[in-house]
Amino acid sequence: MAEQELKVKAKEEAPAKAERVRPGRVFLPAVDIFETPEALVLTADIPGVLADKVTVDLKENHLVISGEVAPPMGAGETMLEQEYYTGDFQREFHLGSLIDQAKIEATMKDGVLRLVLPKVEKVKPRKIEVKTA
Amino acid sequence: MPIIFREPHSDYLRELENLQRRMDRAFQNVFGLERSPWRVGVYPLVNISEDQDHIYVRAELPGVNAADLEITVQDNNLILRGERKIPTEEKQVNYHRRERESGFFRRVLALPARVQADKVEATCKDGILTIQLAKPEEIKPRKIEVKVA
Repeated sequence: MAEQELKVKAKEEAPAKAERVRPGRVFLPAVDIFETPEALVLTADIPGVLADKVTVDLKENHLVISGEVAPPMGAGETMLEQEYYTGDFQREFHLGSLIDQAKIEATMKDGVLRLVLPKVEKVKPRKIEVKTA
Repeated sequence: MPIIFREPHSDYLRELENLQRRMDRAFQNVFGLERSPWRVGVYPLVNISEDQDHIYVRAELPGVNAADLEITVQDNNLILRGERKIPTEEKQVNYHRRERESGFFRRVLALPARVQADKVEATCKDGILTIQLAKPEEIKPRKIEVKVA
């Protein structure tokens, strides 16, 4: 793979759908979503969110992932230079295939959420053999 | 995460950055404008804060291993270098979204005050890098008691 330099990407704010009680901004995390024959795998960048502050909600095929960030500064600190804002993360998806709710796995590592959503047995692709008559 | 120290030398870039900072602050005070945070186009974006004893530099680096980071303090400059690796998946997967990027980064930034180069601590936790730099004794705020004559 060729060397690639990372570029700054502005954090995109999530569109407000309902009034929030928790103060602060909400951002859309950058995600990768890929599909294997068995599952749908989603990885999202949610820096500053602890594992127990992540919520994954799946109703039928509507998936909502959200995470609450810990306070970005310690007590008694004053901001001198702010280049990025911090806030909670939330993003919603409509999934194309049926997911086996009971087998969903979520892991957090270094601010990256990885969600494995196994497909329901019947939607897994089946190879259909064509018989010659 | 190696922390390297180099000999100090003067830097006019720092002056420029300081000037920009002052201009920003002036505009903020006069017009009450919230500064647009995307002014600096170098990855990673940082937030700099301070308390009485330390200066803190924070950056959001999700998925970056501490071992892939190199932090250098050179005079009043802080140099952040590193690499963000995204493990490649098996060949047979098909992507619906691919927004996360991998690659190298190298950034130098001017610190707002002098620091003790031997008292720098860096931690990378939950995708946030925090660099804690100790202020030298002579610039720390000191309470002066007024004696009654």
